[in-house]
Amino acid sequence: MSEILIENLSKTFETADGTVEALKNVSLSIEEGDIYGIIGMSGAGKSTLVRCINFLEVPTEGTVTVRGRKLSDCTEKELLLMRRDIGMIFQSFNLLMQKNVLENVCFPLYIQGKKKKEAREKALGLLDIVGLKDRAKAYPAQLSGGQKQRVAIARALASDPKILLCDEATSALDPQTTSSILELLRRINNEFKITIVVITHQMSVVQELCTKVAILKGGEVAESGLVSDIFAHPKTTVARELIIRDANPGSRSFDTREKIRHGEKIRIVFSETSSFEPVIANMVLTFGEPVNILRADTKNIGGIAHGEMILEFDKDSTQTAQMKEYLRSRGLAVGEGIEDVEF
Amino acid sequence: MWNSNTVNMILEGIVETLQMTVISTLLGYLFGLPLGVLLCVSDKDGLKPNAILYKILDVITNIFRSIPFLILLILIIPLTRLLVGKSYGTAATIVPLTIAAIPFIGRMVESSLKEVDRGVIEAARSMGASTWRIIFRVMLVEARISLISGATIATGTILGYSAMAGTVGGGGLGDIAIQYGYYRYQSDIMIVTVVLLVLLVQLFQTAGAFIAGRLDRRK
Ligand SMILES: Nc1ncnc2c1ncn2[C@@H]1O[C@H](COP(=O)(O)OP(=O)(O)O)[C@@H](O)[C@H]1O
Ligand SMILES: [Mg+2]
Repeated sequence: MSEILIENLSKTFETADGTVEALKNVSLSIEEGDIYGIIGMSGAGKSTLVRCINFLEVPTEGTVTVRGRKLSDCTEKELLLMRRDIGMIFQSFNLLMQKNVLENVCFPLYIQGKKKKEAREKALGLLDIVGLKDRAKAYPAQLSGGQKQRVAIARALASDPKILLCDEATSALDPQTTSSILELLRRINNEFKITIVVITHQMSVVQELCTKVAILKGGEVAESGLVSDIFAHPKTTVARELIIRDANPGSRSFDTREKIRHGEKIRIVFSETSSFEPVIANMVLTFGEPVNILRADTKNIGGIAHGEMILEFDKDSTQTAQMKEYLRSRGLAVGEGIEDVEF
Repeated sequence: MWNSNTVNMILEGIVETLQMTVISTLLGYLFGLPLGVLLCVSDKDGLKPNAILYKILDVITNIFRSIPFLILLILIIPLTRLLVGKSYGTAATIVPLTIAAIPFIGRMVESSLKEVDRGVIEAARSMGASTWRIIFRVMLVEARISLISGATIATGTILGYSAMAGTVGGGGLGDIAIQYGYYRYQSDIMIVTVVLLVLLVQLFQTAGAFIAGRLDRRK
């Protein structure tokens, strides 16, 4: 019996600009103990697919069966109970910013009706597993991205789930932190026998972590199977593209140097409200797209960047709006409509 | 002219103004907070979208918000009489103040709650949290700084309204300002009351900002 069985799943969104077919007739079978990768470019429908697995998104057509239970047959209450078996972590961590680390991990335990003392004991144990026991009293704003994701993992494990869904869990992290989080996920899979579904746009994540993979393109499964098979013999163009794009980052930045010339330019301003992380580097990693730094005038004051930068996006970029939003969400002021200036 | 009677009168005015403001604000939140929560939750991208409920609340809120306070005060005199027994004085003023405060506070709460990061709400849903739990343990908690700033603005606005009610015998500092400054040309008393009103607003604002700053864990 499959741990997660997805059959003929379709999801359409009605928007102001018409109907969006986010998923088209997707079928997948994920077995107990798998670390299953779902990879695709931005907009391929990965997040929608993973959100159908815990019914945060209700499919338009098709069925999702988790541990033998068809989710569309569940009542609202049963669904809430089912979700305790399915932990989830996110690209943006989604921790309660007004609660400390310990209380964040306790949150799912309170949902289960656990008493404060019992919840805290268990939460401390989980923080120990993710290596953050000494930061229990810290608030998320005081932690690095990698630490926040560790807290989110501890929180997701608190309800003793059988399945862990990871939606771009490492996309906001630098490569080293990414490796350590992937290592932690592998350990969780191994020690707790938790089935893990990994959504990503980075082939390196799939290669490092997953046993099986499905490649999503335009809402459809282009190819699926063992990671080793697909790496050795990619059948579809999208699979080849994803492999090449990831394996050859050096040549990629070389290629783009010419191409990047006339993209949209923006000015960003760092201030004390901006976050600590290396924002530009993380943005490039997140979106998998180069940006050109045309001018940088920043100073490091007490670990916080002050000053401004002029960035130029790739001229073919379709993600400029998201990247601007990303920058804003990190506390940077973004000025648009920068004219062509000589640098 | 500045005998102990005048001083006592002004002190009493301060007490009345504070009473009206604080009681109306509290009553305003008693009804306005649930209103704001319902507006946020029933909106189309809320936790439990309900187009009909949202529309009804939305329209009623807008109607009451667009009636100028002095007109509202006169319009609801029958209701005030019914509830308090008379239509002038401090206790009577609390009725229109509260009615004006509810939609104002409702909107403020709605916008504070809508600022809460959707991702955090999504995370809570993924853990199997019920709608109630998400409202009380996620949205209201995460929005608390914004809610406190909102409460500061609401208190200042209601204090301003209470002074306006003074023009029609509502009691408090506004009443004194009108009685002495306008009808009896004692502009010194009027100036003192106005300065006191400004100081009170400032006091509430400083207190609000202080509490918000102390409670914020995002930095
Ligand atoms: N709530 C929504 N309303 C309308 N369109 C949506 C919604 N969620 C996702 N989409 C659309 O569905 C497609 C797939 O989105 P998503 O699943 O987020 O992709 P991915 O995670 O692979 O980047 C996109 O075209 C996106 O715009
Ligand atoms: Mg996504």
